[in-house]
Amino acid sequence: MESFILYLGIVLMGIMVLPLYRAVVGPTTLDRLMGMNAIGSKTVALIVIIGLVFDRVDMFVDIALAYAMLNFIAVLAASRYLHKRGRRDTAS
Amino acid sequence: MIETLVIFLCCAGMLLFLGGMIGILRLPDAYTRLHMAGMLDTLGLLILLLGLVLYGFLHAPMSLLVQFKILLLWGFVLVTSPTATHAMVDAGVRAGLTPWVQPDAKRRRK
Repeated sequence: MESFILYLGIVLMGIMVLPLYRAVVGPTTLDRLMGMNAIGSKTVALIVIIGLVFDRVDMFVDIALAYAMLNFIAVLAASRYLHKRGRRDTAS
Repeated sequence: MIETLVIFLCCAGMLLFLGGMIGILRLPDAYTRLHMAGMLDTLGLLILLLGLVLYGFLHAPMSLLVQFKILLLWGFVLVTSPTATHAMVDAGVRAGLTPWVQPDAKRRRK
């Protein structure tokens, strides 16, 4: 059971590479923002899984909670910035 | 019994993550990708967190407080992830990003 959680983390890291492609290539900045959000939300799960693997769950759950809040604020700030500057970008 | 449930929930969460990522790569337009990524990421994360909470019952050192914290995280993600997706789509609409229309659909409309 212990190794199942470890393999879960490894597969999750493998899945996290895909939005990286969209974040780099994505034609509009909206795609890049979405790639960042996708990676951020998966990192929350990865932090909890790493906490389970290291048997320090109580510390890592707090980190995951803080990271989820940070990710949410980052997406709001970036989208607030995007819709002002985005006009030139999507129009081109 | 709990062990099979944990494995099932975690694998379902992984499957949803994978579906979301395939949707992000293959779909033609930013809005369709956002629709896919927003929903499947949230649901995958929620199911995975439920699986980890159940795993807490098997795994001795995880106290009840930590499981409650993971449920707190579950509720937080339930509220914020769709809100973040909505903020992104709203930014795209205000930035003037027009949704993608299938090429031959235009001809049929004329």
